[in-house]
Amino acid sequence: MAHICADGISVEFPIWSPSRRSLKTAVLRATTGGRLARETSTRVMIQALCDLSFEFSRGDRVGLVGHNGSGKTTLLRVLTGIYEPVRGRLDVAGRVSSLLDLSLGMDHEGTGYENIVLRGVLMGLSPSAIESKIGEIAEFSELDDYLSMPIRTYSSGMLLRLAFAVSTAIAPEILLLDEWLSVGDASFRDKAERRLLQMIESSAIVVLASHDVSLIRRFCSRTLHLEHGRILADQAAAS
Amino acid sequence: MAAVALSDRPRPTGVGRAVRDLVDGARAYHLWGRLGWQDIRQRYRRSLLGPFWITISAAAMIGGIGLMYSRLLRQETDEYVPFLAVGLLGWFFIAALINDACMAFIGAEQLIKQVKLPLSVHVWRIVWRNLIILAHNLLILVPVFLYYHRAVDASALFSVLGALLIALNGFLLGIALGLVCARFRDVPPIVGNLVQLAFFLTPVMFQTKALGSQAWIAQVNPFFHFLEIVRAPLLGSGLPVDSWIYAVAATLVCGLITVGLFIRYRSRIAYWV
Repeated sequence: MAHICADGISVEFPIWSPSRRSLKTAVLRATTGGRLARETSTRVMIQALCDLSFEFSRGDRVGLVGHNGSGKTTLLRVLTGIYEPVRGRLDVAGRVSSLLDLSLGMDHEGTGYENIVLRGVLMGLSPSAIESKIGEIAEFSELDDYLSMPIRTYSSGMLLRLAFAVSTAIAPEILLLDEWLSVGDASFRDKAERRLLQMIESSAIVVLASHDVSLIRRFCSRTLHLEHGRILADQAAAS
Repeated sequence: MAAVALSDRPRPTGVGRAVRDLVDGARAYHLWGRLGWQDIRQRYRRSLLGPFWITISAAAMIGGIGLMYSRLLRQETDEYVPFLAVGLLGWFFIAALINDACMAFIGAEQLIKQVKLPLSVHVWRIVWRNLIILAHNLLILVPVFLYYHRAVDASALFSVLGALLIALNGFLLGIALGLVCARFRDVPPIVGNLVQLAFFLTPVMFQTKALGSQAWIAQVNPFFHFLEIVRAPLLGSGLPVDSWIYAVAATLVCGLITVGLFIRYRSRIAYWV
């Protein structure tokens, strides 16, 4: 049963200037007592998310809205499991798939087919599970013979098509999207949108971060408005 | 985003999560296996000989140093060259593992920030990559041993065990050093310098007996013992029991420190890279 429950989660990033990261400063700090004490007592932290509590359950289509830097992407990364909250409790039940960076981990010297497998393995599939999907992915991407060529020969549009085809090949229980995905030329874009919609429909929980109000209105049953890492509003979307 | 002054004390995190990361990481061999190969292929992409350039550059080095230093050190080439070949290949393996260990997490920044993977995957990737390089390098030993009429007997299996122990230490070091280097970016160049210095202090180009009464220099050197457990059986000098004891003890210490660090700081790595 897909379910996400967050109770007072916070995420803070320590900010180190080059001197902060350096060992020299750490050693000096240990040996020189007073001189650097002022610096040590005011280590700067960016509070990216502050004390968030929410609960998403099956059927929720959540739109994350907020200004740049309000913590949308950070929250998606927390839900993915990349950043573990420094405070609070987060329980995520269900297989999560996040479409944050489509072209991640692509090997430009490898062929299209090799990259389908590589990308699939990165998404947590077993090689045999990918093998069974390969035909469908190849067909969807419409890249045909190009799939046997190294992907460095691809145009950026073709690359995105391939990445999109692989990334959307399996329906997760919990789908996290950072902005709407729009790829390829006009005809492919329609096809991609249909596929994405299908994926959204079959996922139990969807979280979509976007600046596009009309998009959020179209797809989401609920909006979570973030401001400076805090929840400003958590409400059912006006339809 | 609000900038606030707060302390950044690392929080103790679950032992369970650390163990799970290690177990899942080891089991994801089809992932790090691929990534390790990809590293090798990218380095030699579109070159005719591909990864065999690894073999060739090592062979050139062994040939050059072997002929030069056998004269300089007044040693017979048929004794010196096989000694140097095995020693250098072992040293390349050890040194590359240590240097790569520093970059284990820094180098995987993109992956760490975009996908949820066990962090130990990134460390297995560099261990695997270096095992592939070692395998390419081993080819050099065939002509060297044939030319100097050296026989390899069953005790060479101990060399294989020794290499695996080094690989295990490479993994432990990859976690520990990788984590420290992600936090303190001055550590990689420091480590690089120390490794370079260690090369000249370790009996790779010279025999231990050349140290005479100063043999303790080798005895206290961990690099020497790890090298010796691989080198001695291949050169027919039997099983170096002392070095094995030293190496196993060092592995245990290294393992304890690594596990401790990983349990305590694992969850911070994504924030640091």
